[in-house]
Amino acid sequence: MALVSVEDLSIVFGGLAALSGVTLEVDEGEIFALIGPNGAGKTTVFNVLSGLYRPSAGRIAYAGEDLLRLAPHEIARRGVGRTFQNTEVFRQLSALDNVLIGEHARLRSGVWSGALALPWVRREEAAARQRALGLLGRLGLGEAAGVEAGSLPLGSQKRLEIARALASEPRLLLLDEPAGGLNPTETRALMAVICSLRDELGLTIMVVEHDMDLVMSISDRIAVLDYGRKIAEGKPREIAADPVVIEAYLGRDEGGA
Amino acid sequence: MRRWALGALGAGVLAWPWVAPRYFVFLASLILVNAVVAIGLNLLSGYTNQLSFGHAGFLAIGAYAAALLTIHAPAIPVVVTLLLGGAITAVVGLAFGVPCLRLGGLYLSMATLAFGFVVAEVILNLDALTRGADGLRVPAGRIAGWALSTDTARYYLAAAVTAVLVAGAVNLTRTRVGRAFLAIRESEVAAQASGVSLAAYRTAAFGVSAFYTGVAGGLFAFVVGYLSPDAFDVFLSVDFVVMIILGGLGSVPGSIMGAAVVTVLHDWLAAFQNFRPLIFGAILIACMLFMPGGMARALRPLGRR
Repeated sequence: MALVSVEDLSIVFGGLAALSGVTLEVDEGEIFALIGPNGAGKTTVFNVLSGLYRPSAGRIAYAGEDLLRLAPHEIARRGVGRTFQNTEVFRQLSALDNVLIGEHARLRSGVWSGALALPWVRREEAAARQRALGLLGRLGLGEAAGVEAGSLPLGSQKRLEIARALASEPRLLLLDEPAGGLNPTETRALMAVICSLRDELGLTIMVVEHDMDLVMSISDRIAVLDYGRKIAEGKPREIAADPVVIEAYLGRDEGGA
Repeated sequence: MRRWALGALGAGVLAWPWVAPRYFVFLASLILVNAVVAIGLNLLSGYTNQLSFGHAGFLAIGAYAAALLTIHAPAIPVVVTLLLGGAITAVVGLAFGVPCLRLGGLYLSMATLAFGFVVAEVILNLDALTRGADGLRVPAGRIAGWALSTDTARYYLAAAVTAVLVAGAVNLTRTRVGRAFLAIRESEVAAQASGVSLAAYRTAAFGVSAFYTGVAGGLFAFVVGYLSPDAFDVFLSVDFVVMIILGGLGSVPGSIMGAAVVTVLHDWLAAFQNFRPLIFGAILIACMLFMPGGMARALRPLGRR
């Protein structure tokens, strides 16, 4: 059964169709890649899925619920975690605090209980801290817990965003160019991490990525967007051999014009 | 090291009335009042990035609420009066904060500026209740039948209330709500993606900030003993902003340091009234240029030792 089904999604920005009639189905436990040339609308799909953009038309069902009725923070609370193309870490906060904010939806303390530091709040905080440190360790950031996030190298910021997204215990994880700006060694390590998230935690992962080696080796299925339309969908091998896809990437033959 | 410093500070605060002349006891009370306002303003401006130029208005509401309660219901213990003053101010803050949710940045600051003027006008025109421009004499607060009629008694009241509110702010900023405030300041989209409701936490910040400022207003009423609307003008609101920028946005200890420095400077510069805006303006510019992050950040290396 599909965890996410996007039906006939269209969004227009100032007269320009960023997405037109995109239909996608992502199954539970799948690694699903969205690829396409720059400006094809890949990140726009993520922004609609996480509630930041309202589409002009279309429907999105997530775990049987109408996603378009929900505010961004409500979508996050229902288990949709994400990272951002141009990292959005909380720059002036420590890496540990970044991940603790990711745990926001799991924690209970409020204004009064927090200000009074009631015993259960202290216990909750201690447990949250342990979990956050565990997640930082999992992403190879154990040493960076106390470091201000904005001063970390780009590759670490990307991993920190994944740790923060995981802290909310998501069911669906949206990774927007996780390998952007990483060197080949870092990219290989990242691929292992992404696969382990699916295999060990059972997450469903959607990934937007330009690094074709990464996409081809970890994805179960791939959808290709071009000018806001879906032009192909299939297993990595099918996509690599699809003439329509090759044309979109290498350019159209305009010799006759 | 940290415990030692805190212990020394606590002992100094307790011993102050016994070693300092009477006027300096009064001045220390003012520092405490301003510290509470600065913490309240910082929770709003330094933590959620909603800059307010209207906190003199919130201070006035708390001050008049506490004064009128004491006049009309003298049996209420002073601590309850302060809490009620804070609660009334918090309700006003929430009522003001909700419609302001749609305003960002400069527009929000303009709205808070207007709010400060509105409060002063209301106090001026409700003269049946507030005695308008004539001003209001505040009777001494009572606690368990004992009137707080000396500077020392009022100082200890201010110190005790401030200590509780500082502890509350430190706890709050270290737990879930405080982190949600900071998340909103740092990145609204990432905060939402982490499950933080912008509307709920922006409003909460207004409520908490107004509560702190309202309690400080009550303390102000008792410490100064006399209220008039012109004491709560826009320059006072600007002073509070200077306190948190000088002390450090997003820092509770910074708020206290900023409040202390600005309050003492005001006292030193009392003879040069006309130059005050000039000097404070220069401090603000210098601070932004040479000490971004304020005293809290500049002094951080000392705390690490």
